[in-house]
Amino acid sequence: MENNVSKSVVENILEVKNLRTYFYTDNGIVKAVDGVNFNLKKGETLGIVGETGSGKSITALTILGLITIPPGKIESGEIIFDGQDLLKLKINNLKHFRGNRISMIFQDPMTSLNPVFTIGNQLIESILTHQKISKKEAYQKALDLLDMVGISDKKRRMKSYPHEFSGGMRQRAMIAMAIANSPSILIADEPTTALDVTIQAQILELIDNLKNKTNSSVILITHDLGVIAKYASRVMVMYAGKPVEFASINDIFYNSIHPYTLGLIGSVSKLNEEKKERLKPIKGTPPSLIDLPKGCTFAPRCKYAIKICKESFPPSIEEESGHFAACFRAKEFLNKSLSRD
Amino acid sequence: MYPSKEDKSKIQNDSDISEIIDESIILEKELDKKYSKSSLYKDAWKRLVRNKLAMIGLAIVIIMAIIAVFAPLIAPYDPNARIKEVSQKGPSMQHWFGTDILGRDIFSRVLYGTRISMLVGVVAVAISLAIGLFLGALSGFFGGISDAVIMRIADIFFAFPYILGAIAIMTVLGPGVLNVFIAIGILGWSSVARLFRSSILSIKEKEYIEAARALGASNSRIIIKHILPNSFAPIVVYSTMNVGTAIIVEAALSFLGLGVQPPTPSWGKMLSESLNYINTAPWLMFFPGLAILITVLGFVLLGDGLRDALDPKLKR
Amino acid sequence: MVEQENNLLEVKNLKKYFNLKTGFIINKSAGSVKAVDDISFFIKKGETFGLVGESGCGKSTVARLLLRLLKPNAGEIYYKGINILKIKQSRMFKYRREIQIIFQDPYASLSPRMTIGDIVSEPLEIHKVADKKSRINKIKKTLKVVGLNPEHINRYPHEFSGGQRQRVGIARALILQPELIICDEPVSALDVSVQAQILNLMLDLQKEFNLTYLFIAHDLSVVKYVSNRIGVMYLGKIVEVAPSEELYSKPLHPYTMGLLSAIPIPDPELERKRQRIILPGDVPSPINPPSGCRFHPRCPNAQEICSKQEPELKNYSKDDNEHLAACFFAGKPI
Repeated sequence: MENNVSKSVVENILEVKNLRTYFYTDNGIVKAVDGVNFNLKKGETLGIVGETGSGKSITALTILGLITIPPGKIESGEIIFDGQDLLKLKINNLKHFRGNRISMIFQDPMTSLNPVFTIGNQLIESILTHQKISKKEAYQKALDLLDMVGISDKKRRMKSYPHEFSGGMRQRAMIAMAIANSPSILIADEPTTALDVTIQAQILELIDNLKNKTNSSVILITHDLGVIAKYASRVMVMYAGKPVEFASINDIFYNSIHPYTLGLIGSVSKLNEEKKERLKPIKGTPPSLIDLPKGCTFAPRCKYAIKICKESFPPSIEEESGHFAACFRAKEFLNKSLSRD
Repeated sequence: MYPSKEDKSKIQNDSDISEIIDESIILEKELDKKYSKSSLYKDAWKRLVRNKLAMIGLAIVIIMAIIAVFAPLIAPYDPNARIKEVSQKGPSMQHWFGTDILGRDIFSRVLYGTRISMLVGVVAVAISLAIGLFLGALSGFFGGISDAVIMRIADIFFAFPYILGAIAIMTVLGPGVLNVFIAIGILGWSSVARLFRSSILSIKEKEYIEAARALGASNSRIIIKHILPNSFAPIVVYSTMNVGTAIIVEAALSFLGLGVQPPTPSWGKMLSESLNYINTAPWLMFFPGLAILITVLGFVLLGDGLRDALDPKLKR
Repeated sequence: MVEQENNLLEVKNLKKYFNLKTGFIINKSAGSVKAVDDISFFIKKGETFGLVGESGCGKSTVARLLLRLLKPNAGEIYYKGINILKIKQSRMFKYRREIQIIFQDPYASLSPRMTIGDIVSEPLEIHKVADKKSRINKIKKTLKVVGLNPEHINRYPHEFSGGQRQRVGIARALILQPELIICDEPVSALDVSVQAQILNLMLDLQKEFNLTYLFIAHDLSVVKYVSNRIGVMYLGKIVEVAPSEELYSKPLHPYTMGLLSAIPIPDPELERKRQRIILPGDVPSPINPPSGCRFHPRCPNAQEICSKQEPELKNYSKDDNEHLAACFFAGKPI
């Protein structure tokens, strides 16, 4: 759908269509990702925003083929990368993509760095898995990578174990591993949530610079609207497994047509606000993914909800060029017949 | 300062708060549907019921307990009555498990033997718990020198082979049921103490303990109200399994002649008495042995099931 | 520091060092972590004093020192003019009613084996307030005040969401009608939309019950939203104290400037225009803090004196509102 609009200008490097990832648990079916559609353009940073349980991380894991089956199951969908549907690939073929052409930066670097191997060891390993070069060349390459991610004293650091690094350094080491094979897509799942504010700024700048240098695309998954505002060019807002709004960064922040996005923006305190305006929180808490409300999943918390909202889930419609929203009243927001306050 | 009636209406007037209350009531109605008065133990019970092996274990334990209590009502004969005509006869309609050399009914003796085994299991474990919980709390909660001393003593107890330790204590105390309780109880404390200490150490750092401290709660209150209920699960699991071990040790002691003295029927004693007739009258050994096996298995299965049911890691 | 009559709490030269020990039986000292190193501040009655800093700066240790959960190495803590470090535990017990705490983690701060009613009733039991019957009424009232359904006092914490649990934590802190509530990162574990609910609730309760807050957090935008005055901590030291608006508009310490600049503002147009300062390097370990000004290895303005001499906290304000900063080049842009 988005395709028709933008094909002529920029090519899509990744297209995700109608993706559904469910988990079959003892307590019922968890619809973690339920009908996600988006496209990623070459060289852009796409933000995915949502709260706990919105399905943003599961979306990323599904793209990388990292869902444990069972209890997980990919119910439907296509993930088209480089003309191929990743969901149709066999595990062996998928390996050529995972960690190579698409790689991921996790929230907690300790979970993806092996504590019993040195950083150098792990870097060289990840290079040699995907590239046919000699060990010596790989070593040199690993040194270059550490340089790129701003780790000084490289030779000594190659011999260090992950626990000898600080949180920020570990995240840098993990980024080095993620970019080792010059991926086309870098998925960063809450890359800085575990880090201090000043270190967070360093890491995000680093990811942004690397993206520009290598002309890759980034999917930035976060709950922090500030981070999104700074780095993303387009944003998908997710709620309870479904994308509710998908638009350019400016449309999301200044021209949102979905009540959840509006609520989210109203919930955060802004550092630059002079006078203290009371926050406008969304009432209630996100629903359990097992027992989703009938109709629009956001309707029980939505102050704009009308009768139809409680009956069926609104389809995601392109309300204006490149601006998708799943809300029955989106048009009213758009033509300003409904106030956003 | 506490909200009086006017205050309350003031708060109610604040649209935000009343909205939140409304919303929370809706939410809790949803909760109502989902949990309907559930508690952690109810959830654990549900998981336990789903576990077939644990249910078998529980059934064995309950049946054994019933047998122990009602042995005089169930047993067809007096366990010590000697019926000369039928000495050393194999299983028959009159004597299901056969008779021994003195003409006593094995079935009745096995039933009565349950009493000793269950009693030793429960009392010995209770003694272990009493000592272990007290010393564990002392060392985990207060730390310092008491911790170092208690844990080193526990190490010594650990290093000592269980049966050997039991034999040593029994030799000092002399044979008898009461001494069996004491010997097994004393030997079991070190594991309980270690278990309790380690759970105290992890729970002590929890914020709800800090919250209680900040309120000025006394140490005993913190241990009883907060630490004990939260370290309950591993102790219950361990103790259940430990009952099985205690039963085996009692059997071993009685087998060696250090435990329960004749003519009181005890499985271990019955085993040792049967030793000379292993070829001519194998049933003498088979039935008491089977009783030990089944009872211990029952406790172990139940303990295993409890661990799975109470394990907080499986929760959420 | 200016002595003021309406100071509810005043902290003077507070120090807390944690000794690192090695060795099996005989403990050898292996240096110490200077978690809180000579800090002073005051909180006026009815205001919210925010304390911000990154992990390891000692802000949570301050909370525990104020509650006497930890024993300081030196310093004085005056509550209503009385040094609560000098009084006996029995007299301290009385003050424990008046000083309460709300914790960060709504999962760890409520005992999973106690019902909501038990948890909220505990302060009443410990301080022997009211009999059983009126306790239940009190609990129900308090639950309602924090936006929970009073009918659910028999439920267990795991049946509630993070935000609901945090409300239980607030109810527990509120039920003894305290004067001062220490909030240790009360919203940082919550989802964005729920954070705003809790923050608004806390502000409403403050107004309603005339509470004084010490609000500890790492998120400067949240702290700025709730606080009247803010103290910035770095490696166990307070480096700047100012009214919250002023701290944002005219930061004097380079660390504050870096911190403010590091926080992205959820406003894309503004972000594109904003000039950001990215502070280099890692936060040093508090075991071996840098000499002189502890911030100097990361400071773009650092000069020779900074590594040799420790700057004092000085008042740079011309009016009544104090604006303190500990920097030789306070106010110099970076």
